[in-house]
Amino acid sequence: MTATPLGRHLPDRLTTRTNRLIRSWELLLLAIAVAIFIFNAMASPYFLNVWNLSDATFNFTEKAMIAFAMALLIVAGEIDLSVAAIIALASTAMGWALQFGVGTPGLVGIGLGTGLLCGAFNGILVTRLGLPSIVVTIGTMSLFRGISYIVLGDQAYRGYPDSFAWFGQGYIWWVFTVEIAIFSMLAVAFGILLHRTNFGRAVYAIGNNPTAALFSGIRVTRVKFILFLLTGLMSGLAAVCLTSRLGSTRPSIGLGMELEVVTMVVLGGVNILGGSGTIPGVVIAAFVMGLVTFGLGLLNVPGIVMSIFIGALLIGVIALPRLFAMVRK
Amino acid sequence: MLRHFLRSREAILTGALFFLLALIALRFPAFVAPRNLAAVFNDTAPLIILALGQMVVILTRCIDLSVAANLALCGMVAALINVAAPDLPVVAIIAMVVILGALLGAFNGILVWKVGIPPIVVTLGTLTIFRGIIFLISDGKWINAHEMTEGFKALPRADILGIPMLSWFAILTIAGFALLISRTALGRSFFAVGGNPHAAVYTGIDVGRTQFAAFVLAGALAGLTGYLWVARYAVAYVDIAGGFELDVIAACVIGGISIAGGIGSVGGAVLGALFLGVIKNALPVVDVSPFWQMAISGAAIIVAVVLNSRSNRPKGRLILRATEVRR
Repeated sequence: MTATPLGRHLPDRLTTRTNRLIRSWELLLLAIAVAIFIFNAMASPYFLNVWNLSDATFNFTEKAMIAFAMALLIVAGEIDLSVAAIIALASTAMGWALQFGVGTPGLVGIGLGTGLLCGAFNGILVTRLGLPSIVVTIGTMSLFRGISYIVLGDQAYRGYPDSFAWFGQGYIWWVFTVEIAIFSMLAVAFGILLHRTNFGRAVYAIGNNPTAALFSGIRVTRVKFILFLLTGLMSGLAAVCLTSRLGSTRPSIGLGMELEVVTMVVLGGVNILGGSGTIPGVVIAAFVMGLVTFGLGLLNVPGIVMSIFIGALLIGVIALPRLFAMVRK
Repeated sequence: MLRHFLRSREAILTGALFFLLALIALRFPAFVAPRNLAAVFNDTAPLIILALGQMVVILTRCIDLSVAANLALCGMVAALINVAAPDLPVVAIIAMVVILGALLGAFNGILVWKVGIPPIVVTLGTLTIFRGIIFLISDGKWINAHEMTEGFKALPRADILGIPMLSWFAILTIAGFALLISRTALGRSFFAVGGNPHAAVYTGIDVGRTQFAAFVLAGALAGLTGYLWVARYAVAYVDIAGGFELDVIAACVIGGISIAGGIGSVGGAVLGALFLGVIKNALPVVDVSPFWQMAISGAAIIVAVVLNSRSNRPKGRLILRATEVRR
């Protein structure tokens, strides 16, 4: 918390593009991903099998869908902790509609629509009433999942139509699942949105200095509201995929997933305080987390022990660069 | 003095609490019998203790999401010690888990203070790490009532002056915090750090160290509550108090503690916890499914934070408020 004196640092030469790339967080992350891949391949004979690897992608595809939108939201200086609860509510809404014989297109519409509504609710509370997003979304996290519990109690919805199973269990071609196809398309779409459009520049501007952004003509509240909508929509999409994959809805669906989504975003090099981060980073982080959980799973490590690794990863990736910087000083 | 009190958040909360009790009494008069109210207070005691710990953390502009996991880990350790060494006096076990809780809190605190990681990231991480460690040390097994000694289980129920020890722990914590907040330099520095960190530095307060102290305090109380929880329910397993951190934060937010730091009071935190405690105990009485509780506390958080933002608008007297844009 102590302020460092603002010394003037004049570099001998300007940094080149390659220089920046070599020192980038994304490249370091890619190296980690490759290292984990090689380690896994040596540790377990079942790892290098295209079908196993294809199955392993389910570890991260649904979370990554939300992580893309969450990355934009965190870059803009806000956060949404209610994403997993939105999944529960959207899934419950789909299960409820199923009781009235709604078909697959209707179910998908209801899932996405519920996500959008939840996102709008968060967005209105944060942007219209000017409330801190962390408290609001801790509140809506209880509220959304609480509604699922009121509707379902200890029951579950089952009996989704066969055509609905396509989203979570279908294959596009050979080993490529529908989910990985959705993931890839979203990665490109969000990459373009954040790095190639005016909207993306506005997101960075808001994250770095909301006041300056406002004075330079950016509609700060509108951009933030759209980001909450987007996060809600992606949570709805993840709810469709997850419900389709599991084939049932319980109120505890996706419990604690918000933590893994935030971990993925932060691991991808997005500054939790806003202002910086890239979509390619988040994509690589998704693969790193998927590879770690899949590799540990092959070694028969229980899920809760894996969460130690995820928690340590979250703290470690932020702490290590800071510790190195402290040691260098 | 009286006029000042009547306009305060504590007065509004007390009014809301009485209104709630009156509503319940209309349908079920026995709920407001002194005996039952004492039972409600006893049931809310863990929430009160944790809410006070969380309060000082939030006052310094931090947040501790790991309190429930800390509680569960300390509770499991207490149970394991009791199983391994049944002859060890309960007081020694309490001392150990309080120290363990404080150390876990110190781990959070040091990462915030020395490494400068945002508190929400730190405690999201340690939340999962602590839960994972419980699984590792317990092998995923439950420790049941018959494995614990009678003395271990009896303490929270022990009766002093007609009030169980569990309630006494809460009362002592409230008294301790009232003194800490109003009569010590540390207590005042919690407010200074949260109200305006820059001004706090100029008045000679170490911001990071104060935040560290808040985390240690919250951790120690979580450790104490861990023992109380496990001894009271006479069972320890990985998922005890799962999601309880949200109730604790809800109690603080309802009690008027500003998440932006610097604003809050002991009375507010206690009343916020009691508000949730009354709702939780009243639901089965008025014949509402307990599954409603989660949605109700969520709605209560949102309503409280909306009301807080209306009443916490800066007024003329705040001269040292930072001009930076608040997130």
